[in-house]
Amino acid sequence: MADPMRVRAQENGGVVDVKVLMKHDMETGQRKDAAGKTIPAHHITTITATCKGKQVFEAQFGPAVSKDPFLNFKFKGGAKGDTVSITWVDNKNDKRTDEAKIS
Amino acid sequence: MNLKRREALRLTAVIGLMAATGLISHAEAAEWNKAAFDGKSLDDVLKSLGGSSASKSTAVTINAPDIAENGAVVPVGVTTTLPKTQQIAILVEKNPSALAAQFLLTADSEPFVASRVKMGQTSNVHALVKADGKWYVTTKEVKVTLGGCGG
Repeated sequence: MADPMRVRAQENGGVVDVKVLMKHDMETGQRKDAAGKTIPAHHITTITATCKGKQVFEAQFGPAVSKDPFLNFKFKGGAKGDTVSITWVDNKNDKRTDEAKIS
Repeated sequence: MNLKRREALRLTAVIGLMAATGLISHAEAAEWNKAAFDGKSLDDVLKSLGGSSASKSTAVTINAPDIAENGAVVPVGVTTTLPKTQQIAILVEKNPSALAAQFLLTADSEPFVASRVKMGQTSNVHALVKADGKWYVTTKEVKVTLGGCGG
């Protein structure tokens, strides 16, 4: 089961600054374990952010994004008190959605 | 008259219209671009993303350290002053696959992203930006003192 992520959204001058810290192994598929077997890739593929039912941002990650990925983006049109919802999907189809109120 | 072809055309038009009007959300319309993430070089990735050539631009800025002590966590940010930015991609030239992450912006997004990537060795980092249908690229070298793979 996926661990929760930390989401922080701050509004300043009409622009909402969203910072997300996801908890994920981001295994590249390049590393080998002690027995010399390749560890299969396991990484987040898609992240979507919605605010007030509208998608405001989308990211696609490859295996080269660091473990426990950090993502920072900005969008217009959010106000204090609105909810930003972030969803990620990984290549094993595991999912996780977390929300944060804009402050 | 080929009826099947007509039908297919009509369907495509309908789906296109639905996507345009927001009946199909953008999230379902955009699939994870496997071809692009498999690309080995800047040109490969650019082709898979649908561009043909990218012009160098000073309007795109990469915020990354000159020297990264730990290749497993290299903070990379991309900002641009280009109007109508639609897409931003971060590429690490000498990684097994060049493309690290790409970001699809909407009309509401500010042309700014920041994330952290892994780097196997000292390499050029490219930021590809699609703005108003054209591709732009900026390159910065990041020196890595400790590799991000296997360590």
